[in-house]
Amino acid sequence: MTSTDGGASGVSRGFKGRRPAAGTAHRLPPGQYETRDFPVLSAGPTPEVRLERWSLRLSDPSGRSARWSWEEMRAMPREQITKDIHCVTKWSRFDTRWEGVAIDTLVARAAEQGVHTAPYVLATSYGGYTTNLPLADLVDGKAWIADTVDGRPLAPEHGGPARLLVPHLYFWKSAKWITELRFMDRDEAGFWEVNGYHMRGDPWREQRYTGDE
Amino acid sequence: MTAAPAVPRPIAWRFATVLENRAETRRTRTLILDVPGWPGHQAGQHVDVRLTAEDGYRTERSYSIASAPESAGLALTIERLDDGEVSPYLVDELRMGDTLELRGPIGGYFVWSVRDGGPLFLAAGGSGIVPLMAMLRHRAAALAGASAAERRAVPARLLYSSRTWDEIIYRDELAALVAEDPTLEVHHTLTREVGSTWSGLRRRIDRSMLDEIAWSPRERPHVYVCGPTPMVEAVASTLVAAGHDAARVKTERFGPSG
Ligand SMILES: Cc1cc2nc3c(=O)[nH]c(=O)nc-3n(C[C@H](O)[C@H](O)[C@H](O)COP(=O)(O)OP(=O)(O)OC[C@H]3O[C@@H](n4cnc5c(N)ncnc54)[C@H](O)[C@@H]3O)c2cc1C
Repeated sequence: MTSTDGGASGVSRGFKGRRPAAGTAHRLPPGQYETRDFPVLSAGPTPEVRLERWSLRLSDPSGRSARWSWEEMRAMPREQITKDIHCVTKWSRFDTRWEGVAIDTLVARAAEQGVHTAPYVLATSYGGYTTNLPLADLVDGKAWIADTVDGRPLAPEHGGPARLLVPHLYFWKSAKWITELRFMDRDEAGFWEVNGYHMRGDPWREQRYTGDE
Repeated sequence: MTAAPAVPRPIAWRFATVLENRAETRRTRTLILDVPGWPGHQAGQHVDVRLTAEDGYRTERSYSIASAPESAGLALTIERLDDGEVSPYLVDELRMGDTLELRGPIGGYFVWSVRDGGPLFLAAGGSGIVPLMAMLRHRAAALAGASAAERRAVPARLLYSSRTWDEIIYRDELAALVAEDPTLEVHHTLTREVGSTWSGLRRRIDRSMLDEIAWSPRERPHVYVCGPTPMVEAVASTLVAAGHDAARVKTERFGPSG
């Protein structure tokens, strides 16, 4: 009998599924699957960013800002980070090895120049993309500006020369081709968020789209 | 006075019923679904599908909507990846009367409507045709009964890369759309065709192909590129190098490789 009792019980008739390995199941947020590839998600062409012209700016609501060149950023204390990453398109990649500069370091350097944080941040990229995050998700050892992955310079299609890295949120929050972190008094939806994606994006609460939870 | 901000509502999970599971090519099939309460969609959007096993194990995948907003029944076209967890289930196992849990429509960026105007340039690789087909189906439905002048305001061209002639998804329907519409062009290129009867393009999409077939940057086409990542990367960056405005080149990628 073909029936619709799948609807009542929620079980997909005949679906067995491929279980994640026992050791890794607890690392997969709801609805995700593990991949060993490194897929790409972006909404348009990959911008070409020249290192000579690269800069990173932190700016505050009063309009003050601090800005660093590529060499200046590379000369800052670096950290090695090994984290699982989770893309809203459903793949997760375990133990991805990154290198970069902690946002805490940048915030401290900016403070020396009179640039102060605010409760929200709009991350802006070369190419014009933006994504918004609460400041709390970027500080206290939770986020970095990463320029190296798996021991190699970050490729342009993965966000090189440098991307924001916020591994505990869905990966679109880890803005590729980063060039500015703008501290703001109010939360303002970025490019992805205006287009239907969640304001916070916690994979463990499956906050994929506008209105989730 | 400020109005209270609208609290966005979650995109609800719904149980769809399979009306039909029909073959498109050897490796792809189209599911036609009845989705009670479906709120409607725009061409280019996708749904998330969620499968649940007996023991409660669940997994999700995204699938583009193939059908036009104007048509009844939601269509998904799925390519079977042999070692895949979800696509073989959808392609081989699901049949008429089965239930499929999904939510949508999702995505507000990779969308096009005739109201956005033309010219429209679409570049597809393999199953990347799916959301672009929704755009062409929408265009045909929206322009049904339109005057020649109205059609000329939204001319469209599709450049579609497939491995072989037999792997072209929607081949007959694309030919039928072209036959009834002088403002639509469809160009196929076949990257692995061994047959000698194919006299058309036989290589991956490249600069000279785009120079010939994509509109010139001066005509400011709306561009949508969908397919495997390497194809999308190559086509989008070639278009930008050729002078197209990066902000008008929208991309969607289905998977890591291909
Ligand atoms: C927005 C969006 C829209 C999509 N629309 C469609 C659609 O309309 N039709 C469609 O068929 N698919 C579509 N996909 C892809 C789909 O979501 C699944 O990724 C695909 O069906 C594979 O799932 P699986 O469980 O069968 O394979 P998995 O078990 O996830 O993967 C099996 C193997 O195949 C590889 N793989 C995964 N995806 C691909 C791919 N696309 N090409 C080549 N190798 C791959 C994996 O790395 C792995 O090695 C879309 C994806 C996104 C993000």
